[in-house]
Amino acid sequence: MKKRTGKGYIINTAVIAVIIVAFAFIKSAFGGNEQFRLIIVPSLWQCCYLIILAASLNLILGFLGQLSLGHCGFMAIGAYAAALISLAFQRAGVFTEKAGPAFVLVLIGCILAAGILAALVGLLVGIPALRLKGDYLAIITLGFGMIIVNIINNIPFAGQEGLSLGSASASLYKNGLGFGTASKVTYLWVALIVTLICLTMMFMFIRSKYGRAIKAIRDDEIAASASGINTSYYKIFTFTFSAFFAGIAGALYACANATLSTSSFAFTNGGILNSTFIVVMVVLGGMGSLTGSVVSAIVMFFVNYQIKNGLWVKSLPGFLGGIFAYPMLVYAIILIAVIMFRPRGIFGTYEFSLLNFVRDIKEHRAKKALQKAGNKEAKSND
Amino acid sequence: MSTFIQTLIVGLRLGSIYALVALGYTMVYGIIRLINFAHGDFIMVGGYTMIFTIPLALAMGLPAWTSVVFAILCCALVGMTTELVAYRPIRKKGTSMTALITAIAVSMLLENLAQAIPAIGPNPVVASQIFSTGGFSIAGVTMEWTTVSTIVISAVVMVVLYQFTQKTKLGRAMRCVSEDKEASILMGINVNRTIVLTFAIGSGLSAVAALMYMAQYPKVYTTMGMMLGLKAFVAAVLGGIGIIPGAMLGGLIIGLVESFTTSYVSSSMADTFVFLILIIVLIIKPAGILGKNVGEKV
Repeated sequence: MKKRTGKGYIINTAVIAVIIVAFAFIKSAFGGNEQFRLIIVPSLWQCCYLIILAASLNLILGFLGQLSLGHCGFMAIGAYAAALISLAFQRAGVFTEKAGPAFVLVLIGCILAAGILAALVGLLVGIPALRLKGDYLAIITLGFGMIIVNIINNIPFAGQEGLSLGSASASLYKNGLGFGTASKVTYLWVALIVTLICLTMMFMFIRSKYGRAIKAIRDDEIAASASGINTSYYKIFTFTFSAFFAGIAGALYACANATLSTSSFAFTNGGILNSTFIVVMVVLGGMGSLTGSVVSAIVMFFVNYQIKNGLWVKSLPGFLGGIFAYPMLVYAIILIAVIMFRPRGIFGTYEFSLLNFVRDIKEHRAKKALQKAGNKEAKSND
Repeated sequence: MSTFIQTLIVGLRLGSIYALVALGYTMVYGIIRLINFAHGDFIMVGGYTMIFTIPLALAMGLPAWTSVVFAILCCALVGMTTELVAYRPIRKKGTSMTALITAIAVSMLLENLAQAIPAIGPNPVVASQIFSTGGFSIAGVTMEWTTVSTIVISAVVMVVLYQFTQKTKLGRAMRCVSEDKEASILMGINVNRTIVLTFAIGSGLSAVAALMYMAQYPKVYTTMGMMLGLKAFVAAVLGGIGIIPGAMLGGLIIGLVESFTTSYVSSSMADTFVFLILIIVLIIKPAGILGKNVGEKV
C-alpha cells in the first residue's frame, strides 16, 4: 500500500508537470489572442475560485455531513482582507505598479493572510456553532454569514462607502489587487498554482487520519465518539480548515474582480456567487467527492456563462427565453431532480485518481460484462 | 418619550407580522422537522395573488382586503403542492439534510419562476391602498388603524390556532404526528393527510402575513419573502420551534429588537442584532425560550 501511494505521488507530479509545461506553451502561443485574453483567462480565474470554494464547502457538507449556509461569509472576509492589505502595502510604498518581485510577494502574502484571517474567524464561529447540528447548525451558520457581511458593510473603510463605491474602489483597481486584463494574463499562474495547492491539501486531508475521522463522524457520530474520536475537535478543525480555503478563494475573487461589493457574498442573490449557489454546486457534484466539486464548479460556471452570454439563449422564443434569463430557476429544477434520483449527487463519493483510473475502468467493464452474461443466462433460461 | 412609544408600536406591528410568518414555520417544523425555506416565498405568492385579485374584489363591490381570501387559497394550494411534489418523495428516502437542501431549492425555484413569468416579472409592483388610512392619537402618539388591525389580527390568529391544535380532532392529530409518527399511524391517524393539511394552514397564514405586510409596505417584489422569511424563522427558533405561543413571543421580540435598533443604533445594523440574538439563543438554549431540552436517543 505504501509503495502504491509513492507511485501515485510520482505519477501525479509528472502529469501536473506536463500540464504546466503544456499550459506555458499555450500561453506563449495564444498570449496575444484577443479571445484568449478577454474570455478564456477571466473564465479561468473565476473557475479557480469557484473550484476552491466548492471543494472547501464539500469538506463540511460532504465529508463532515453538516450543512453550512454561510460559506460566502468566509469568502467575503478573505476578499476584503486581501484587498485592504494590498492597498495598505501600496500606500506604504512597497510596490508602485502591479509587477516585479515585490508585488508578487505581496500578492502571495495577501492570499495567505486572507486564508489565515478567514480561518481565525472560522474558528471563532465554529466553536459555538458546532455544538449544534443538523438544521440548527445550518441556521446558525446562515446567521453568522449574514452578520459577517453586515459588519463588513458597516466598516467605514471597507463597506458600502469603502471598497464598493467611489474612490476606494477605483484605487483597488488601480493600485491594489484588482487585476485588469493584462495582469490577469500575467498572474494566471498564481491562480492556477494556488488552486492546485489547495486541492492537493484538501485531497491529502481527506486521505489522512483526519479525513477518516470526519467520515466516521458523518456516518455515525455516536459510534465515532464511542470509538475514541474527539468529535468536537475534528468538527471544529474541519470547519476552520474549510474556512481557510474559502478565504483564499475570496482573495482570488478580489484579484479577479476590480470592485468588491458585499451583496456578492449574500445568502442568496441573482448571481452565481452566494452561499446557496455553492451548496448547489457541491450537492450536484457529489457530497463526498472532491472530484465532483471540481467538475461541477467548472460545468456550472460554463453553463452560467453560456446562459448569460450564449447566442442560443437569446434566440429562444418567449417564455423559454424568460426561464433562461433566470438561471437559478434552471439550477433549482436540476437540484431537485438530482436530490430525488441521486441523493448523494452525481459523482456520489467517487474520486478520480490517475493511478486507479485504468483499474476503475477495467473493473467497471468486468462488472458490465458480468451483468450482460447474467442477463443472457436469464434469457436463455426463459 | 413619545419616540420611545412610537418605536414600541412600530416594533409590535413588525413583530406581529413576523409572528404570523413564524407560526407557519413552527407548524411545519413541528410536524415534519423540516425548515421550510420556501415559506418566505409563499408570502410573495400571497402578495402577488392579492395584487391580481384586488381589482376583482373591488369589482364585486367588496373592500380591497377581501382579496386575502383568494391569497389564502392560492398559498394553501402552493404549499400543498410543494409538500406533495417535492418534500414527500424526498422525506421518504432522503436524510434530513437532503430535505433541507430541497427546501432551499424550492425557495429558489419559486423566486426565480416568479421572475420568469412575464405577468409578474422582475420589477416591483406597487400595491393599491388596502386599508383606509387614518387613525387616532393618544397623548401625542399616533396609532394608525392598520397598526391596530395588524396587532389584533395576529393575536387573534394565534389564539385561534392554539385552540385549534388543542381542541379539535385535526389539531390533536397534528400534535400526535409531531410527537410520534408510527404511534399515530397505529392510532388511526392519516399521517400524510395531516401533514398536507398542516402545510395548507401554515401557507394560508403566510397569505395573511402578506396582507399585513402590504398594508405597511405597499410594494410587492419577487424576493420580498426572503429576509422576512429568514427573520420570521429566527423568531420561531427564538420562541421555541414547534411551539405556537413561542412563535408569537419570538416574533414580538424580533420586531421590537429590530425597531429599537433601527431608531436608537443604526438601521443598517438591525439585521446584525437580529441574527446575533439568534446565535446567542441557539448557544445558550437551543430549544428556544419556551422549548424544553430533549436528550438525544441512542
